[in-house]
Amino acid sequence: MALWARQVSRWCCLLQAARAAELPRGLRGRSSTAQARRGFAPLALPPSRNEVLPWRLQAYRHVPVGSYSPRDSAKDGSFSSPECNLPSLVKQEQAKAETLPDLSAKTLYEDWDDIPPSSALEEISEEEAVQIIAEPLLPLQSSTLRDYVDHSETLAKLVHLGVDLSQVEKRQKAGQLLLTLDFEKDIRKILLFLKDVGVEDNQLGPFLTKNPYILAEDLEALETRVAYLKSKKFGKAEIAQMVSRAPYLLLFSVERLDNRLGFFKNELGLSVKKTKDLVIRLPRLLTGKLEPVKENLQVCQIELGFQRNEIQQIVFKTPKILTASKKRLKQTFDYLHNIMGIPHHMLTRFPQVFNSKLLRIRERHMFLTFLGRAQYDPTQPSYISLDQLVSLPDEVFCTEIAKASIQDFEKFLKTL
Amino acid sequence: LNAAPGRAPRQRVRFLPAPDGGGATGLVATRVPVLADHPLVRGPRLRRLKIGAGHRLDVKASGVFVLGLGHGNKLLTDLYNCHLTKVYTVGGLFGKATDDFSDTGKLVEKTTFDHITREKLERIVAVIQGANHKALLMHSNIDMKTQEAYELAVKGLIRPMGKSPPIITAVRCLQFALPEFQLEIHCLHETQQYLRKIVHEIGLELKSSAVCTQVRRIRDGVFTLDDALLRTQWNLQSIQNAIRDCQLRVKTELEKTL
Repeated sequence: MALWARQVSRWCCLLQAARAAELPRGLRGRSSTAQARRGFAPLALPPSRNEVLPWRLQAYRHVPVGSYSPRDSAKDGSFSSPECNLPSLVKQEQAKAETLPDLSAKTLYEDWDDIPPSSALEEISEEEAVQIIAEPLLPLQSSTLRDYVDHSETLAKLVHLGVDLSQVEKRQKAGQLLLTLDFEKDIRKILLFLKDVGVEDNQLGPFLTKNPYILAEDLEALETRVAYLKSKKFGKAEIAQMVSRAPYLLLFSVERLDNRLGFFKNELGLSVKKTKDLVIRLPRLLTGKLEPVKENLQVCQIELGFQRNEIQQIVFKTPKILTASKKRLKQTFDYLHNIMGIPHHMLTRFPQVFNSKLLRIRERHMFLTFLGRAQYDPTQPSYISLDQLVSLPDEVFCTEIAKASIQDFEKFLKTL
Repeated sequence: LNAAPGRAPRQRVRFLPAPDGGGATGLVATRVPVLADHPLVRGPRLRRLKIGAGHRLDVKASGVFVLGLGHGNKLLTDLYNCHLTKVYTVGGLFGKATDDFSDTGKLVEKTTFDHITREKLERIVAVIQGANHKALLMHSNIDMKTQEAYELAVKGLIRPMGKSPPIITAVRCLQFALPEFQLEIHCLHETQQYLRKIVHEIGLELKSSAVCTQVRRIRDGVFTLDDALLRTQWNLQSIQNAIRDCQLRVKTELEKTL
């Protein structure tokens, strides 16, 4: 076995000289270095055959980190049973020196009998030397996918699709998953499924970057989930939109999705149609945690003092309030209600102020008070509506609402 | 910064099977970009920036705050050793006294302030300035009897070049409208809490009490309010412009002092 190890290790490096080696038995007479490689050939050829099998050594499949693929055993099978029909293109796995294919003893003796094995220190002719391409070995363990991307077709195709591998490798076990999958067999089916669901081509890359785990899912399970969503009367375009915006949606089982939809219906007390509308606009609600949503609702009711129907209106207009942080909500409300003096019903009419940055509201409000134009009551003249206060960009705000120039605004900000 | 074009991916010579099918398989040496350098595989080129801060600014205070990026951090230490004065605008309120001298602290006492006039305030301010001037001369470690000392004093360049307690070089009253007032303070080696304490002591001297409502740094050595970038201007272009504008001034100042 030691001899075999030496020979295997010599061309354990990537031999990319793809030669159609004519392999009739008469090749034994050639020089000794090539002999070892051709030593395989007689094994592959069944004794009855006289055809020439074009033997192509292609770019080898990458050996997954830490585990050796079952191809090794396939190779064993093919070598030890000479009667099997080899496909014309044999993708040969290059095993590492440590895990030798457990070749049968027959091949070993065959080799020993005929020609003494060549040693590594033998001199070889120039042509032979040029033909050997020795490249550094791939690392067995690595923390990035950079080391493997050149040698793996799956990873290369994913990069061409637009998947950001540098982000994927930061996730737990996602890198390992990608390495063990085969593009042709597994990934292709799931990509076609996603396209059926309606995800755009250019969206596939970012989708997979955010959710590489979908590639490990069972296709039937995914289809049942989409069927479930359709049964709940979500339209095809809407499902496509939801899936694109919340990539984790299809990872949830049917019961979980059902529970979550029911939860939102009960908590918010909205009708079925409105709940569906809400979920379509913010599909993140279904994939996120539920306790913060409950707590946010409690905060709105108890601390901020909104009535239940007001909360329903606010949530329907700006569902993001359910996922906002409580501290920020409380601070913004405190400033709006106590310092700016805006009553609850006005806030119900313009809930988008809760989504904007407190700093922005504060700066603009102080500027307006400085100019004496801070009037938020619709019954009074020169009224400024809240959504215009927060949503307009700075230039428009200055010229239209405050009737001042941007330089004045900046100078004022520097005096704060 | 990451959007700027990075270095081109390394090329690698790979032998690919030639596209002509069938029997003869020639080898075509083609240059193929190494995928490991692809931006999607490599990730963003710059992930972190080294940022250092200049003179400290409180949470409650506002104003000019100098930051150094990358190699600029070395300039920060040099600027610190220049011991240039900083200018603050301090706003105060008569009639209250709190435990941490600012208007958000716990109220300790309330007093009347009707007897305070602008002249009284300015008199107190002049006293403070005089006392601090003596401390300035003492800490600058210059022999007062020499000709060089006189020339430096004429130019106004006497200042402590080492560690020293907080020194106020000039105070001026900007606004006075009872109960509020505003001072402009030029100082060295101070903290914002020290300035608030000064306001409190002014109140005590005037037989009343005062709290500090606002501390704002207008100038930090070479950097003034005009150079300062607002929150809306915190983007790459403005930062680059600002660095370029200030570069020359910083260099001349450093050469002058060191």
